[in-house]
Amino acid sequence: MRTQAFWNDPRIRAWFFQILAVLVVGGFIAIIVTNTVDNLNALNVASGFGFLQHTAGFGISQTLIEYSESSSYGRAFLVALLNTLLVAGIGIFFATVVGFLVGIARLSPNWLVARLATVYIETFRNIPLLLQILFWYTAVLSNLPAPRNSLEIGSLLMNNRGLYLPAPVGEPGFGFVVAAFFIALLGIVFLRHWSQRRRIATGRGLPIMWPSLGLLFGLPLITFWLAGAPLHFEVPELRGFNFVGGLRAIPELLALVLALSIYTAAFIAEIVRSGIQAVSWGQSEAAQALGLRRTQILRLVVIPQALRVIIPPLTSQYLNLTKNSSLAAALAYPELASVFAGTVLNQTGQAIEVLTITMAVYLGLSLLTSAAMNFYNSRIALVER
Amino acid sequence: MRRYLLLASTAALIAFASAASATTLDDVKKKGFVQCGVSQGLKGFSSPDDKGGWTGIDVDLCRAIAAAIFGDPEKVKFTPLSAKERFTALQSGEIDVLSRNTTWALSRDTALGFDFRGVIYYDGQGFMVRKSSGVKSAKDLDGASVCVLMGTSTSLTLADYFRSNNMKYEPITFEKDDEVVAAYESGRCDTYTTDRSGLYANRLTLKDPQENIVLPEIISKEPLGPVVRHGDNQWGDIVSWTLYTMLNAEELGLNSGNVAGMRESDNPEIRRVLGTEGKFGEGMGLSDDWAYNIIAKVGNYAEMFDRNVGKDSPLGIPRGLNALYTQGGIQYAPPIR
Amino acid sequence: MSFVRDTYLVETPPPGMNVGVLGWLRGNLFSSASNTLLTLFGMYVLWTVVPPLIEWALLDAVWQGSGREACLVEGAGACWAFVAAKFGQFIYGTYTFEERWRVDLAFLAGALTVGLLMIERMPGRRYIAVFGLLIYPVIAYILLTGGRFGLPEVETTLWGGLLLTFVVASVGIVVSFPLGIVLALGRRSQMPVMRVLSVIYIEAWRGVPLITVLFMASVMLPLFLPAGTNFDKLLRVLIGVALFSSAYMAEVVRGGLQAIPRGQYEAASALGLGFWQANLLIIMPQALRLVIPGIVNTFIGLFKDTTLVMIVGLFDFLGSIQVNFSDANWATPQTAATGYAFAALVYWIICYSMSRYSMRLEARLNEGTRRA
Repeated sequence: MRTQAFWNDPRIRAWFFQILAVLVVGGFIAIIVTNTVDNLNALNVASGFGFLQHTAGFGISQTLIEYSESSSYGRAFLVALLNTLLVAGIGIFFATVVGFLVGIARLSPNWLVARLATVYIETFRNIPLLLQILFWYTAVLSNLPAPRNSLEIGSLLMNNRGLYLPAPVGEPGFGFVVAAFFIALLGIVFLRHWSQRRRIATGRGLPIMWPSLGLLFGLPLITFWLAGAPLHFEVPELRGFNFVGGLRAIPELLALVLALSIYTAAFIAEIVRSGIQAVSWGQSEAAQALGLRRTQILRLVVIPQALRVIIPPLTSQYLNLTKNSSLAAALAYPELASVFAGTVLNQTGQAIEVLTITMAVYLGLSLLTSAAMNFYNSRIALVER
Repeated sequence: MRRYLLLASTAALIAFASAASATTLDDVKKKGFVQCGVSQGLKGFSSPDDKGGWTGIDVDLCRAIAAAIFGDPEKVKFTPLSAKERFTALQSGEIDVLSRNTTWALSRDTALGFDFRGVIYYDGQGFMVRKSSGVKSAKDLDGASVCVLMGTSTSLTLADYFRSNNMKYEPITFEKDDEVVAAYESGRCDTYTTDRSGLYANRLTLKDPQENIVLPEIISKEPLGPVVRHGDNQWGDIVSWTLYTMLNAEELGLNSGNVAGMRESDNPEIRRVLGTEGKFGEGMGLSDDWAYNIIAKVGNYAEMFDRNVGKDSPLGIPRGLNALYTQGGIQYAPPIR
Repeated sequence: MSFVRDTYLVETPPPGMNVGVLGWLRGNLFSSASNTLLTLFGMYVLWTVVPPLIEWALLDAVWQGSGREACLVEGAGACWAFVAAKFGQFIYGTYTFEERWRVDLAFLAGALTVGLLMIERMPGRRYIAVFGLLIYPVIAYILLTGGRFGLPEVETTLWGGLLLTFVVASVGIVVSFPLGIVLALGRRSQMPVMRVLSVIYIEAWRGVPLITVLFMASVMLPLFLPAGTNFDKLLRVLIGVALFSSAYMAEVVRGGLQAIPRGQYEAASALGLGFWQANLLIIMPQALRLVIPGIVNTFIGLFKDTTLVMIVGLFDFLGSIQVNFSDANWATPQTAATGYAFAALVYWIICYSMSRYSMRLEARLNEGTRRA
């Protein structure tokens, strides 16, 4: 028998190629690193992460935490990160609501509604997001009147400086109301649990919907009244150039949230549609045969199964939305890409450190979300017997 | 045969020289043009027209550098840069010189690894407001929304000014000049702040320039000048002395119209500048008519100033601080000797 | 047996409410109370959106004019005169005026190649594909940059408009294609090192926003190279875009590879084909056919994403439109809205037709493999 030449042994070849790959990639990285170090040394540019402790010196228009011009670059980074998370959070909320509505509307037996939903999806999906952001910002929001002539809708104020709402301010004693709210939540959980047990034991559950709602609203309201209405609203008032006080959403935030949620909702709608369609007709028919009502069929049979299909692509849409919030770099919304990878990069000149941190944050958010989603997925995955 | 040898050895020598030293000047000579970083569009300093041609004092300085090196002011290519990109573009060697209304400040001179090479325009930061707002002084701006360019010394000065006057403000930062102006015009901000030259320049692009006024306060020193990479002193000297030549020419009464006839002037200073006497170009690796080329092909400082930002331009900015020291300003160039 | 009927009754027509327009309306719009409410709501939405839109875009629009005065009329709608006046810049950017025929030629050749490729029964389609992927880019490169064959050079800093948009999107997709194949093979490889390297590459790029990649390409890339090496901004952006989209392409190709049954690999091995032979001759031809819709979808995404190059200072289609808003000669309250509407229309037509094409393709692919 002819002995095999050693280079034809697949195992040895695999090792050879892998070592080669490591060498090539390692060498490539080494070249880049040496080049960079050489370049930076030759240019006499400062390096390292020490700059994070230096004074930033610039102002930021929207800060969720304490920040002033004398704060450090590290603090500015935190402010920017929180702003990113804020816009992503609000965007995800509205995109989900609109997306589910439109997705369900697309399957509506009503011809007109289904068509409108299709038009919505096909329109907003096929127009670049950046264009939509700029449209809302430049063509819509900046054409609003000046603060003096604000549009007033109830206690809501709109002008070219943003959207103003009265801010609720709690007085002493408001803590009780908050506590009552959480007690109500606990009560609902307990109620559901109890009803479930009874259903298993006797076949009849308890009515849940109305008692829950009653608990949720009633308990805090009663506490509120008992505590002597410890809450007042701070109404924004025009002082000098701008409105002062109240809750305010700057136009940059509004434009971003509008564009991000409208755009992402179009994708989510398609996901929802395909998710619902993936549940076979037999399931609904079987549920009907069991005598479930239409809402029960949706709630207990169709949606839980559809969610299994919907969740994974939905997560990736959430991630996309978060990453897309970086398009704020084209506006003046102070989030990571514009404050940190923009102003800070520019002032310190330390491009490598700043961009590394920025990319690491987005990457971290991505990995975290996919990890959470994988966990959730494995919990709701079909358990076959 | 000997000619070939000579040619070959010269070629080898040139190859060796460029491989060994590769100074910026050698690079520039080898590629045949100066790569100059300018702003993406600031009237009077550097702004492109519809056909891709550039005008402005920052642009003219680049042309003057090209004239000094090649005797041809058109041997220059412009890279439009945002405020954010400008420093990395210079650090990375993408451009040879940054001539983009950049303020000379210590941290830029040191931490960023640059050298500032003179002051082409003494500027100061100011504010522009709408007439209808009734604001007469920067001290009235408490609580205002302020439009400002991202990552400029302007935004830092702004923060300092409001803090030291104990006033509140809301900064609205954009990356591009026209975005800032658009935001101001749309009413997003109450006031727009940048160097005063920029305020005058950008006021022209507004729909109704007369409805906007520049407030009297000047809240900072903004010496704008050309920047080169730290360490290549020969190249830095060329940039400095190009600017100084234009200033000296104005002081000596030389301009693009009369310089040809002044070569044989009796004034020893003029003779030195124009290379009739002495060999001043040599020290920088240039020919001796370098200064003559600058003045003949680009002009002196006054010509450059007047046609771009001064009395012959739509901006109509008075010379002010930028007049020669002999005329009440602070422009003062070291002598060529 | 006379009580048994031996003739049919004459058919009566169905009730008028169930057929024709009325029947359709009843069945689809007013079948129940809630349905009627929904219909009314839909009509309200239509009524609030469509008439004002038509009025703005068509009836009240200004079509001709040489400056802002034309569009400053009281109650004027869209200022299409602005688009007409700046049309050249929107398409070519500041590309040298006398040389614009070169762009037209490149556009035309590209459109012709793609058009021929889309015809299913085109003879020699394979050769056209090879031409499109290998020869056309060279021709387009020479045409657009010039500096050869007596064509004057046109610097890339002058490029802009729709031209730049197409250049970025198509270079991105063409370059990322081979990279994506290699990465997809790496991710499915038996060798752990290859797998890990590919996974890291793919997930890292997919985890960061494109805009940070573009920042990196325009700011950091020069620092990675030996001092003195330099290339222009467009090329740097193209490298960034290609690296970024290759990660997405890899996932698309991987999807195609996963759809190939194991039997195909085993049969290839049984025939004595090695790794490369098996992949090139057996697996890839099948897998790539499956991923064409995915590639088209990636291209649509990339095409929309090209707008981001505006943020790093290149003037793509959207960028060239946006930059003209600051032209004082055209400053009117409607300029921005008109410009964005025009941009949206163009992007929409291109993206929508591509997505239709990819859906049709998908349907055709499924036809062959669908059983019973």
